[in-house]
Parts: sequence; C-alpha cells; structure tokens
Amino acid sequence: MTLRMKIACAVSGLAVLVGVTGAQADVLFWSTQAKPVEEAQAMREQVLAGAGDEIDYQPNDGGPWLTRLNAELQAGSGAIGVLGALHGDFSAMDPENLVDLDALGVSAASDTFNSLAQLGTDKPQYIPWMQASYIMAANKEALPYLPEGADIDALTYDQLIEWAANVHEGTGSPKFGFPAGPKGLKHRFFQGYLYPSYTNGVVRTFASPEAVTAWEKFAELWEHTNPASTNFSFLQEQLLSGDAWIVFDHTSRLAQAFNERPDDFVAFPAPAGPAGRGFMPVIAGIAIPKTAPDMDAAKDLVKYMLSPETQIATLRATSFFPVVDVDLPDDLPPSVQAAGAAVAKMSGAPDANPGLLPAGLGDKGGDFNRIYVDTFERIILARQPIEAVLDDQKKRLAAIMEETGAPCWAPDAPSDGACPVE
Amino acid sequence: MNARILPYVLILPVTLFLCLFFLYPFVLVSKQAFSTGAGFTLDNFREVVSYWKFPISMQNTLLLAAAVVPVQLALALLMATMVNKMQKGRDIVLYIWTIPLGISDLAAGIIWLAIFEQSGFLNSMMNGLGVVDQPVNFLSYQHPGIVFLAIALAEIWRATAIMLVILVAGIGLIPKEYYEAAEVFGASPWKRFTRITLPMLRPSLQTALVLRVILAFEIFAVVAALGGTLFPVLMGETYAYQFDLLDSGAAAAMALIILGISIAFTLVILRVLRVPKGATI
Repeated sequence: MTLRMKIACAVSGLAVLVGVTGAQADVLFWSTQAKPVEEAQAMREQVLAGAGDEIDYQPNDGGPWLTRLNAELQAGSGAIGVLGALHGDFSAMDPENLVDLDALGVSAASDTFNSLAQLGTDKPQYIPWMQASYIMAANKEALPYLPEGADIDALTYDQLIEWAANVHEGTGSPKFGFPAGPKGLKHRFFQGYLYPSYTNGVVRTFASPEAVTAWEKFAELWEHTNPASTNFSFLQEQLLSGDAWIVFDHTSRLAQAFNERPDDFVAFPAPAGPAGRGFMPVIAGIAIPKTAPDMDAAKDLVKYMLSPETQIATLRATSFFPVVDVDLPDDLPPSVQAAGAAVAKMSGAPDANPGLLPAGLGDKGGDFNRIYVDTFERIILARQPIEAVLDDQKKRLAAIMEETGAPCWAPDAPSDGACPVE
Repeated sequence: MNARILPYVLILPVTLFLCLFFLYPFVLVSKQAFSTGAGFTLDNFREVVSYWKFPISMQNTLLLAAAVVPVQLALALLMATMVNKMQKGRDIVLYIWTIPLGISDLAAGIIWLAIFEQSGFLNSMMNGLGVVDQPVNFLSYQHPGIVFLAIALAEIWRATAIMLVILVAGIGLIPKEYYEAAEVFGASPWKRFTRITLPMLRPSLQTALVLRVILAFEIFAVVAALGGTLFPVLMGETYAYQFDLLDSGAAAAMALIILGISIAFTLVILRVLRVPKGATI
C-alpha cells in the first residue's frame, strides 16, 4: 500500500467515525437503572419512544457511570443530557454539578422524597423518578411449613426463624435465601429492616443491647440459610432454581421469578421485631448535569419522565413504581401486582416502622454501607463475638457521622448536628 | 544516520509512549495516594492499613503467591525439559500447553467456577458416581480451604504457561557441548539437570520468576470469580476502594503498597538469582 493510499484510508475511516458520531441521538440518558438487557430495551422501546426528541438510553454500572460523568464535569463540557440513578448515587455527588430543577414544575407526590431530592440544598437537585422497596417472597411449597397460627402477611422475626427451621428440618437442607453476594443488597436489610425492627434506629442504636439481640436473632436465622447465600445477589435466580424457598430482596430483583412462574410464588411483607415492622423505600431520580449539551431538551425529557403515562410505562419496563399519583391499570405484569400488594401491606401495617435511605452522607455512602456489611461478615461469617465487633465498628461509624455531619434520619430520633452513635 | 544516535532514535517512540501512558499516570497516582485534598499526608495509607480486612487480604495474597509460584516453577521446569527432549510433535505440545495463556484470567476463573460450583461439573460427576447424595457447595464460607485450593488450581492452570515459554527459550540457548561433556564423564540425567540446566538457566529463571511473582501479587479476576468476597486479596480491596467507596486516594495508596511489595520481591529474586560477573553462556 502506498503512503497516499494509507492516508486516504485513514481519512475516510475518520470521516466514517465522525459521520457515526454526528448521527447519534439527541439526548443521552446516562443511567444506573434498568441495566438488564430486557429492561434497557423496554426502556427504549416502550418508555422513551414517545418522547419528542430522539433519546439514547445508556444504562451502566455505578463505577463506569460515575467515571464518565466526572470526566465530563472536569472537562467542563460533555455529551450526557440526563442522569438517572439512585438517591445514594446523587447524594454522593457535589450538588453544584447538578442543575437546580425548581423551575421545572414537576415533583413527586411524597414530600419526604422531594426533600431528599434537595440533597441538603434548598432547591431540588434531582426529581424523584421511580420507587421500589425490599420484600419477602416464598415458594408455595414452603407454605405448609408455616408455624401454627402465623399470618404470612404479619410475620414476626421469631416466626420467620421458626418457619425457616421447619423447612430446614422438613426438606433436609436450609432454604432461606439472603442476598449476601458481592452485588447483593444485604446492607439495606440491616439498615432498613433488622435494625429498625429491633432497635428503632440505625445509627444511634448501632451498638445498643437491642442491636446485640438483633444480631443474635439474625445468627439464628442464618443457621437455616443456604450457605451459598454468600454468592446470591439476585434472589429471583434461587427462587426459580429451588435453591432457596423463602427469600428477602429488592422487588426488581425478584420480578423475574413472578413473571416466569406467577403461580408458584407468593410475595409478602417483611417481618416485624419488638420495635415494629421496619422497611425501607428505595428511590431513584433523574437529574441534569451542568455540562448537558442541550439544556432545554434535557428538561423536556425530565418532564416527560414524570408524566403519568410514562410512569406507568416505566413500571411495566422496570418493576419500579410511580412516584406521582396515577391510577394503576389492571393488566400489569404478575411481578408488579405481587410486589405492589406486598409493599402496600407492609407500608399500611399498623406496626409499620419505615426507615429512610441514608441521607447527608455525601461521598461516604459506600463507607457507611461497608460498616454494616463488615459487621455482618465478622459476626455471622467469621463468628466473632457480637459485642466486641459492634464496639469496634461503632468507632468507624461514629467517625463517618462526625466527618459528614449528617443529622439523624428516621427511625432514629432527630439530632442537632451529626447523628451520634450511642 | 549517525550510528551513535541511531539506537536512541529507535527507542524514542517507545520511551515517549511509556512516559505518556505509564510514567505520567504513575506520577498522578502517587500524588493521589499522598494527598487528601490539602498537602502531603499519609492519611490514605493509615486508613487502608488500619482497616480490619487489610491483614487478611495481605496474608491471603502472600499465601497464594507462596503456594502457587513454587508449584508453577516446578511444573514449568518439568514441562520445559520434557518439551526439549521431544523429537517429534514438539510444537504441537507447546501450543497446546500454552492455550491457557490466551484465555483472559476472568474467563479462566469462570471456567473453574463451572467446575466447582454447586451445580458444576465436579458435583455432577460425584453425584453420578454416587459419592455424594446431593450437590455440595464447595465455594462457601464454610470451606475456606477449598476456596483457596480452587483459586490456587485455577492460577496454576492459567499461568504456568508463561513461565514455560520463557524456560523453553532459555533451555534452547544452553550449548549442547556441556551435556555431551557431562555424558562422557558419566553424569546421570538428574545430575545433568541440577549441574548444567539449572545454573545455565539462571537468567531465564530470573525473568520468569520476576514476571510470575509480580502477577501473583496482582491476582484479582480469578479470585473475584471463585471466591467473591470470601477470599479478600489486596487487588480486590483496591477495586473496592475505587469503585464501591469511590475513594481514589485510598485505592491509589493500596496500588502503591502492591507496587512496593512487587519491587521488594523483584529485588530479592534479582539478587538471589544473579549471574556472577564474567559468567555468561
């Protein structure tokens, strides 16, 4: 090949590349949600097809998501138009990098969500987009083992342990499933379910005598938990394979089981402890980075995502529930119906004790979660003495709270300044 | 061109490439490791070292290297000698043995995961033979020994070939005259191996060991696939700092600690296996 040929090839190659870039969609929707291929495709075809502009929906893992976003923010210019992520992802960011969205005129029906979305400022930094929660699900084969007199919609932790023990004894293998895998959401169980149910707190009560009881109870439950749980991250897989009969997980991580075999499984509320039925709502939001190339198109997309029709389409695509008031149609997928009913029972229970997502931790959200994951690994997996571990972990937790100055959130009693670990 | 300048001109592109893509990022990483926003500080190092998992992950990494590298060295020596003795089919055997080299380490980890997992090949085989009634979960927190063994096996399978290739090349360089002389004096095959092959192989052994030991300290994907969070290693902790905790400073500090260990071991190997002055092949 002559030099001239080579140059010609290179130039035409470049031209093709440039042409491809030029033909790209108008608004890049950079998201950490709806990552599985089917969900992403449903987002594109069923949810975003109706938006006026051409939308390029690109879901990604949290790490790469943040890496590209930070690169664009540092460069001062970028291609990302709209961000979609969990509350925790946004709270780890500097609110300065997000466009204030108060002039948009859209918000969630829940004031709690709207104030969370301000990220400590006085204007909304993101708009709540969709919500979900964590629930319990069981294979119907496990139902005959329910302890006598137990109501599956109003279980206590003691009854759950007894139930799991009955199944263990009856089938010869432990069948409780817990998302303790590397990508599992175990920390949310401790922060939003176990701790509120036993100690009526998360931070203040971290090392309280009630917390010791909570961990003792969880250790009892662990006796009847499939030991392979340390590899489980999406319990729908174990429900479908039969490796676990009674499980706890995020609604969207159970959806596949209900959609594939709706008649085989039941969804039910999380159990209650001495301090009530702790549960945690999950909230995802959409925001606009200050480097968005086309601000008006991005704002239009945010408004579009909050319209009732889009919210219902999103529900069908992702199993995440609307944040605005909508009338739910009757023909929703089985997973949505099952999870919706369980969440409604859980939040409507007389002993409901909702715990909010950690807030005000800034970029220390990961460190905060790690406190709970480490405590679990040390007490349950490594069998270290409970009091000693809690006393040790308590120091790290207190350091995080002091460093961030995050005030207490429900169910902890409010605090002046940083939430103290008592 | 001037013969004195020519070598420098020839290495210039590589040097520029290394400076731009290795040296410069390395300087940036060191800067990150020694700062938390304001000035020089050792806070990042203090933080990662005081974390309760640090001693465990350090111990796991070192243990794994100590278990894997000697086995690989012995295997690679054995295989290299065998290949060298072959009259026919030498290339075919060499190609087959080096296949694992072409497989990414994560893929290798997943292959071994397919063998060891609860519904994996090993379990189906044992079940079929009637050794176990129901599948055993080998890779669980209850069997740390088996997790270690599985990771070590996967590493040995995957990375012995890189030593093999270097050693085969090294053995090929040893002049035949030494062996002929030894045979004349009636030296046994074992004697010839220990007295001729091993000493003459020193430079290759040096290269192979340095490369392998450094890679052993960087082990990550195989452990992630087989052990998940059950078997913390230094590299896995670095990843967690960077991507789970979004703490680049701590991740950079971990990276420098791994670099420090690698440099220390490299120096030791270079020193122990040094070729005496004037002694060349």
